[in-house]
Amino acid sequence: MTNTQIEKPKIAEPHHPPTTWKTYFTFSTDHKVIGIQYIVTSFLFFLIGGIFAMIIRGELITPEADLVDRTVYNAMFTMHGTIMLFLWTFPVLVGLANYLVPLMIGARDMAFPRLNAVAFWMVPVFGIILMASFFLPGGPAQAGWWSYPPVSLQNPTGNLINGQFLWLIAVAISGVSSIMGGVNFVTTIVKMRAPGMTFFRMPAYVWAVFSAQIIQLFGLPALTAGAVMLLLDLSIGTAFFDPAKGGNAVLFQHFFWFYSHPAVYVIILPVFGIFSEIFPVYSRKPLFGYKVVAVSSLLIAGVSGFVWVHHMFASGTPAWMRIVFMISTMFVSVPTGIKVFAWVATIWGGKLRLTTPMLFALGGLIMFVFAGITGIMLSSVPIDIHVNNTYFVVGHFHYVLYGTVTMGMFAAFYHWFPKMTGRMYYEGLGKLHFWLSFIGTNLNFLPMHPLGLQGMLRRVASYDPEYAFWNVIASIGGFLLGMSTLPFILNMIGSWVQGEKAPDNPWRAIGLEWLVASPPPVENFEEIPVVISEPYGYGKSEPLTANLEKQELIKDLN
Amino acid sequence: MTVNSSISREELQESLETRTVEHTHDEAANSMFGFIVFLLSESIIFLSFFAGYIVYKTTTPDWLPPGVEGLEVREPAINTVILVSSSFVIYFAELALKRHNMWGFRLLWLTTMAMGSYFLYGQAVEWNSLHFTVTSGVFGGMFYLLTGFHGLHVFTGVVLQLIMLVRSLIPGNYDKGHFGVDATSLFWHFVDVIWIILFLLIYIWQ
Repeated sequence: MTNTQIEKPKIAEPHHPPTTWKTYFTFSTDHKVIGIQYIVTSFLFFLIGGIFAMIIRGELITPEADLVDRTVYNAMFTMHGTIMLFLWTFPVLVGLANYLVPLMIGARDMAFPRLNAVAFWMVPVFGIILMASFFLPGGPAQAGWWSYPPVSLQNPTGNLINGQFLWLIAVAISGVSSIMGGVNFVTTIVKMRAPGMTFFRMPAYVWAVFSAQIIQLFGLPALTAGAVMLLLDLSIGTAFFDPAKGGNAVLFQHFFWFYSHPAVYVIILPVFGIFSEIFPVYSRKPLFGYKVVAVSSLLIAGVSGFVWVHHMFASGTPAWMRIVFMISTMFVSVPTGIKVFAWVATIWGGKLRLTTPMLFALGGLIMFVFAGITGIMLSSVPIDIHVNNTYFVVGHFHYVLYGTVTMGMFAAFYHWFPKMTGRMYYEGLGKLHFWLSFIGTNLNFLPMHPLGLQGMLRRVASYDPEYAFWNVIASIGGFLLGMSTLPFILNMIGSWVQGEKAPDNPWRAIGLEWLVASPPPVENFEEIPVVISEPYGYGKSEPLTANLEKQELIKDLN
Repeated sequence: MTVNSSISREELQESLETRTVEHTHDEAANSMFGFIVFLLSESIIFLSFFAGYIVYKTTTPDWLPPGVEGLEVREPAINTVILVSSSFVIYFAELALKRHNMWGFRLLWLTTMAMGSYFLYGQAVEWNSLHFTVTSGVFGGMFYLLTGFHGLHVFTGVVLQLIMLVRSLIPGNYDKGHFGVDATSLFWHFVDVIWIILFLLIYIWQ
């Protein structure tokens, strides 16, 4: 071990390897521990959000509102949206990035290990705050995850501390945590790369995380500003968004969507990165057009700042503005299309191995193409005005958020599971999980498109009986989707406890993270690797690094 | 395929032989970079508030609450001059520190703190003399939100300066590096620039 660059702080810090499960309950500064902490915490919230979704689908299986009463139902879809975004997709992707980015760029840890730990421990804090609102007299927030005023300014209980208040506090804390993460990731990726790791030798996943975190940095403060103003309206009665007092309710929508539309790219970009990592490995081919794929991530991040008004086509937006944002929204399909075609070209003529991660990535790709097509439809103003706030929109973004993001996450879990735990998962259960969730997703979300076109509004507890047929199918699909998580949980816990020992590089993949032991040692690398070739060198004979004792590892891969 | 390596072959061989490739990352440079990224992010909050202010100012029919003529510009202008001058003072304080002139640094640093505190005092006096509150329509809310949020930043800056001053009393504390001082100074300039925009928006453009 040569001199390390991790500053040994003066206070004793638990920067030790996770020897027991108890390590995960300490304030550890090791990025691998923090990554697992993020993933497990957010997965628990994913289950809670999933239970809420089951309640929603149970309510909608019949036209009448007969399962839960309407206030509970409102709370259910509000909390389902909030939890799935702020407590599942954001943290889980940050957790995976936390685990992988330092390993992939050849760093010993993140740039600011302690900031990293603080950012993680905010997640359970605001999760608990959000959950605490269930025990308030008025119940949790009921204004949907957008929390548009003036609906969100209604306070029937008259208490200062109501569900909406806690919701805003939780979102603000989440924002602080994400900003910390963003500063940390951008600094890490710019400053902590191994020698020879130029920008165009970074894996596409690192590019994607970099772009996503840049979006967090320029977008989140706008939501924070809007949330602060809404909080003041709610608590001390200012007039910012209250039309009755001369405020401007649409302005909140601008603040909100200025962050919350780019936020969906924050979620999807790392998943694009995951796809870019997984397809080459299981196709034994280099990533097609690697540089273009890498730069298209940044392009998505750039374009994402100029599309937010497409959520407000029906909010009294002037006609010229609609046209501008229609064009800019459609332009998003250019970089995403580049990525999709690059993945297809990567798979094309490859030597496919249909393992569970590859299945999930392929499934996610199919779902994403579908979601992209409905996205183009929604971006055109005439269609959007017709299907605004209907189930068509719900179907579209669930195809993205479950079909692509969550499937991509599962692909990543299976793909890096041997690296994180040192054990292999059970392939049969993995395949069962894939087929259940793939069929369940399509059964659940495909019927939402015809429903929306026929005019069934979202966020309703009861509906006209003519919509019953598709709703029953969607509910069956939803319950199937709920069940599909069980084999996953069984597989992960069982394999972690008693799976067979995994080799360092079970997939014969090329990448810095596969050059270290499984699970990686405390400071990742015995010696920092010197990178001498581009990533994804499948079928080529160049070694990835100049470190001699590692070269025989790579030699026999091709 | 050619490997267009950014490291020359000799360098590579040398590094592998001597194992000096382990580059010690410069903690202070990393922290400074991270801090700049943070400030850029922080500026977006202010920009959002400014955008909100401009929208309200240009679209609200009854902009000023009843009984309010407008804002007094004289005292805030004096306050502005003081705050902007303190930016120069803190620059010279940093210069003194770079030349290892500790007492010069402490004196100028203390001057900056005094100016910042005076600004806060002036702000408090102004708030006290106004005839509208935070609930007086959008105008009142926006005025107090902007000046209050900025004042919070000034207060934070003064507290940070106090911490740095105390740390400077430890002998030899700033010999190796002084990231804290640099960051505080950068933060102070940031708060200053924000105030100039704020002053133009709220007081000049009435």
